[in-house]
Amino acid sequence: MITMNDTEKRIGLIAAAVIAVVACLPLADDGYYLSLGVNIAMYTALCTAWTLFSGPTHYISLATAAFFGIGTYAVGLGIDVLPFPLLVLIGAIVSAGVAGLVGIATLRLSGVYFVIFTLGLAELIRQLVTWWQTNFTSGVGLYVFTDFTEAHIYWMLLALAVVVYITGWLVNRSRLGFAMRIIGNDETVAGHVGIDTARAKVALFVISGAFIGIAGAILAPRFAYIEPPGAFNPILSFQVVIMALLGGTNRLWGPIVGVIPFTIVFDLVSAQFPNHTSLLMGGCFLLVVYFIPNGILGRVEGLVRRLRPARRKADVPAAASEASHAEGPA
Amino acid sequence: MEVLITGVLLSGTYALIAMGLTLQYGVSRIMNLATGETLVAACFGAFWFYTALNVNPVLGVLLVAPLAFVLNWAIYALLLEPLVKRAKNRGQLEVDSILSTFGLMFLFQGFMLLGFGGEYFSYTFLSTAFVIMDHPFGLNRVVAFAAAVVIAGVLYLFLNHTRYGTAIRAVAVDPVSAGLVAIDVSRASAFAFALGGALTAAAGVLLSTFYTFNASMGVIFTMKALIIVIMGGVGDVRGAVLAALILGLAETAVATYLDPGLTLAATYLLFVVTLLFRPQGIFGRAPS
Repeated sequence: MITMNDTEKRIGLIAAAVIAVVACLPLADDGYYLSLGVNIAMYTALCTAWTLFSGPTHYISLATAAFFGIGTYAVGLGIDVLPFPLLVLIGAIVSAGVAGLVGIATLRLSGVYFVIFTLGLAELIRQLVTWWQTNFTSGVGLYVFTDFTEAHIYWMLLALAVVVYITGWLVNRSRLGFAMRIIGNDETVAGHVGIDTARAKVALFVISGAFIGIAGAILAPRFAYIEPPGAFNPILSFQVVIMALLGGTNRLWGPIVGVIPFTIVFDLVSAQFPNHTSLLMGGCFLLVVYFIPNGILGRVEGLVRRLRPARRKADVPAAASEASHAEGPA
Repeated sequence: MEVLITGVLLSGTYALIAMGLTLQYGVSRIMNLATGETLVAACFGAFWFYTALNVNPVLGVLLVAPLAFVLNWAIYALLLEPLVKRAKNRGQLEVDSILSTFGLMFLFQGFMLLGFGGEYFSYTFLSTAFVIMDHPFGLNRVVAFAAAVVIAGVLYLFLNHTRYGTAIRAVAVDPVSAGLVAIDVSRASAFAFALGGALTAAAGVLLSTFYTFNASMGVIFTMKALIIVIMGGVGDVRGAVLAALILGLAETAVATYLDPGLTLAATYLLFVVTLLFRPQGIFGRAPS
């Protein structure tokens, strides 16, 4: 059913080996490095899920914190009555539903409307949840008691990241992925050749939102105590955007190039200079726009192309996709 | 009745913020997502002028707004114009300007956090009662509203009854044709961006007379301003004023009759209704 050529098989084997090594981290350390590893695994899953939608469409989604919070809350509300895997599924379904509604309302329109709508979405849901909890339930906070350790969360996130990658790979070779590439290159052309552009975009946004919801659900046990401002933290949305763009969104695995250094630096800065994190974020945004518009990966690929002129011909598809990135949505 | 008047008084400030953003997005084609931070920075400016130098905030507008004008001109010339020149099409400029103004947003926020910390600030100015139709209202709110009306009126006269104002409106309608009739489009864009920043700053100064603010609340105002601009129809100053009025009334009504914690939900409801039924805005024309 799914056929793979030799290169894909080789990449698959290498990836499996890397994941096996990375999965051993909890055996080596269960303190600072494991906690850093959880952060990196979390942002990898989130950024890759984000890129799934925003990479090909160039629409900047700031809804990450909203989906993440929905996942977290699904677990927080139901942990005493339902089994954990079912709650993760509920988180995914609710996130997907919200993504669908947002997509239907905004994805027919140009990118600006989408950015503005998603910018406040987490804040909106946070307000509604707070209002509902203060008026109809006993308190605002929720306790999440589970038997999960940091290592379990790490493994679950790693597994999620793998699933996101595989989904991305499958989408890329499906009709939907093909449609998305045409939409990303020129939406008008896509419309004229009979692609229902709005439906394709909504479908991809729903998939991406569901994965982010799952990530939120997996992380709920780590928080132990859930409150709306923590679960729907808007900074998360921006962090995901900047890490993904820093790495490069032309390839599905591009974001991880940005995730690892940014997570480490952000961790150091927020520990030592908590008031400087905004400056760091702002600096990174400007850096990406003015100096590395295609991300670190785009830079590296450009460099490789220049150093290996003999292989020019083989690299033509990459050049084409890079050119398409520069154009953005119409 | 009380709700109606409070809502109208609030909408004066909203209208100024939205007009600032309307000029910036409608003429310069830059979706400025740092607009809320400009507003909050102006609040801090007014606070500092008032507490340290004892400058009356209404006069403070005359100090802060020109400063914002110069600063925004510099931002446009140094950071944004290179993006306009680099962009191959409108879509790319959209993405680039969104990202770079996000960068500015975080930088402004970071500097304000360093300077003032995360605490809430406010000061007392004219906090005596002013009676309208048997209901007492804060005099500071009334004064802020009156000042907003005056500023908006001057802007309206400038845009509709002067030569340069007409040129700016021409650029808003069609930059290419405006260039053909000898309008310096790039200068008009820079001017509109700077003027928009000055209006936002003026709104911030007026807001600070009756509002408690802190360094990280800019995003909420950015949201409100963006929603007003979209509701009113991008680039339309009349639409911005009307939309600001609707939003001010809706927020006040929801806060009074339902719950103060649901104002953003009310804003969003208006936004969704606009997007679903009139994405071009109240006065906007449907794209041909």
